[in-house]
Amino acid sequence: MKINKIILSFVSAVAILLSSSVVSFAKVVGDKIVLGAAISLTGKYSSNGVHTQNGYNMAVDRINSMGGVKVGGKTYKFEIIYYDDESNPKRAAQLAERLISQDGVEFMLGPYSSGLTKAIAPVTEKYGVPMVEANGASRSLFTKGYKYLFAVLAPANLYLDVAIRTAVELNGGKGVRIAQAFEQDAFSQDVRLGILDAAKETGSEIIIDDKLPKELNDMAATLVKVKQMKPDVLVVSGHTKGALTAIRQIAEMKVDVPMLAMTHCDAAKLSKQHGKNSQYALCASQWHKTLTYKDNFFKDGMTYAADFQKEFGYDPPYQSAESSAALLVFKDAFERANSFDQKKVRDALAATNMQTFYGNIKFAPGGQNVDKPMVLFQVMCDGAGKCENKVVAPLKWASAKLIHPIPKWSDR
Amino acid sequence: MDFMVFQYPMITIQACLDGILLGVLFALIAYGMALQWGVMNIINIAQGDLVILGGYIAYFMYLYGIHPAWGVIVSPIIMYFVGVGIYKLVINKVVDRDLFISILATFGISILFMQLMNFAFGADVVLANSGYGTTFLFDSNVVLPNSKIFSAVVSIVFAICLVIYMKKSKLGRAIRATAQNARAAKILGVDTEKVYAATFGINAALCGVAGALISITFTIHPYMGLPYTIRSFMIVIVAGLGNLPGVAMSGMGLGVFEEFADYILGTEFRIGSVFLLLVLILVYRRFKLSRKREYLK
Repeated sequence: MKINKIILSFVSAVAILLSSSVVSFAKVVGDKIVLGAAISLTGKYSSNGVHTQNGYNMAVDRINSMGGVKVGGKTYKFEIIYYDDESNPKRAAQLAERLISQDGVEFMLGPYSSGLTKAIAPVTEKYGVPMVEANGASRSLFTKGYKYLFAVLAPANLYLDVAIRTAVELNGGKGVRIAQAFEQDAFSQDVRLGILDAAKETGSEIIIDDKLPKELNDMAATLVKVKQMKPDVLVVSGHTKGALTAIRQIAEMKVDVPMLAMTHCDAAKLSKQHGKNSQYALCASQWHKTLTYKDNFFKDGMTYAADFQKEFGYDPPYQSAESSAALLVFKDAFERANSFDQKKVRDALAATNMQTFYGNIKFAPGGQNVDKPMVLFQVMCDGAGKCENKVVAPLKWASAKLIHPIPKWSDR
Repeated sequence: MDFMVFQYPMITIQACLDGILLGVLFALIAYGMALQWGVMNIINIAQGDLVILGGYIAYFMYLYGIHPAWGVIVSPIIMYFVGVGIYKLVINKVVDRDLFISILATFGISILFMQLMNFAFGADVVLANSGYGTTFLFDSNVVLPNSKIFSAVVSIVFAICLVIYMKKSKLGRAIRATAQNARAAKILGVDTEKVYAATFGINAALCGVAGALISITFTIHPYMGLPYTIRSFMIVIVAGLGNLPGVAMSGMGLGVFEEFADYILGTEFRIGSVFLLLVLILVYRRFKLSRKREYLK
């Protein structure tokens, strides 16, 4: 009995100590600026969640080691409190509440994916907590009039817009016939809206418009239709499983289409998993290491990629690069605001106009970054079967010439 | 609604063949479920997760440079022991209980497996390339990936072997005896505990084969198991327990149904249409039963 009592009092003492220390540990304490982030470390988004976290950590270490953030003549260091949102929007919203009201966090970094950002944004908005997010591209995030949400990435509707415009241009300015298949989630449906807009503007016609389920692992039906109707462009967006399934079945069914445009190719490690079968696929990307944007912290894309490789042992996907950029934006905003007042920081964020290794950053009133175009890369393989992603559009950044139309399977 | 599938005869043939090849694979998974449902009266919600785990075994062989088709041999062997392990740890505690308890227990196993696979293998979608090429039929208007044909053939071979095993071997007879009347079998000297473990192991092994085939033909992902559970549940419901030709037929029927639903309603309703069919069949059965004024025990 006595032992039980002792254990009980010990546990409650520890609990009280912990709860008090959590409150005092938060916000801006001593020389630390504490940011909060709910990240998918388990569940279906966990691999991209980890890419996001690695991107954040890399930038925190870099900024801290290069002098930190100077506000009011004092230097501060970044620190991030992470929670695992289990890839679950409800959990993410709860954790945002917890970060703000219990841990006292006053500035937030975004989670991974549009769906989770959508769940968190109303919470940060309610408390007036500025959030810089790097992985929620859905257009609907930027039409709700949020004042405290800033996204360093280009909105989803622009992902494959470039592909359609390029196809039309190669077709002598005449409209093209488009076949498209999109997963039914917020992000992919936004990509679809972007294609619809581009098709309307260029006088293109959409001849197949399929929706893919979440449990997608077979899109033979769509591809049979593509074989029959012979469109000029096939557009697929269904996260990594969409990209992998499409390439596997296009190769197996020998579907010939002059242009194939997709999203999530680098997250799917397309060229690694499919080798030569993935050749000629066009992929939308927020960033590529060969882009020549520059900043003082990471220098440029190639240096960032090399440093990242050294620290984490793999080539950085764009999800990591954009996450690192989010920290650079915060640092810049704190220094210009020269204060930790949330309103002032928010206004400074809204006035951001800077270049990072990841791209130019300037926010529209809705919070999306309007100063950074999407890039398209094409998977290109050499004779030995080694494949590489090379930027082909926009022309300004192109490191290789677009191969169009895709050679027929019978000629490969 | 799009009736293109009926307008072009080639697409109709394509859909039927795709459906049948897919259905044979479903039937293999469903056969495992029917077996252990019949013998142990357990509905295994983790069926699909066992399939995915089997797929990962083939995938890892592929990663280490072994052709994934060998997974069809290796995966069931490993999965048999996984199955026996699960039986010894969990299932033997719920085997004589209410059906509801077993559903809860296997549901728990399913969640655990999903998370463990996620931890161990990551949340990436993966696949194993067989490099089997393609078969063209009807002036290349109908295309069949050889990997799909391979998976159907392997499924049929395994199913036939299992039927023979169940008929001829001692263990097979013991399993069938236990399914008919566990108590009587026990009195006559059958070690039912052993039979149960073996049955669960065989079921897991079948899932292993199916998983290896799925990693070759489609993609695998830690959270992709449930649709396979639902499909096999549905096939077993339609065919009834202990009706192997019925399982094969209803498996292929489901495959063809899914393909046509895909063309007519759209890919997004593919799994949804399976659920709808399940509900319709259950309602129909209930209706038939009530007319006969019989009660299903």
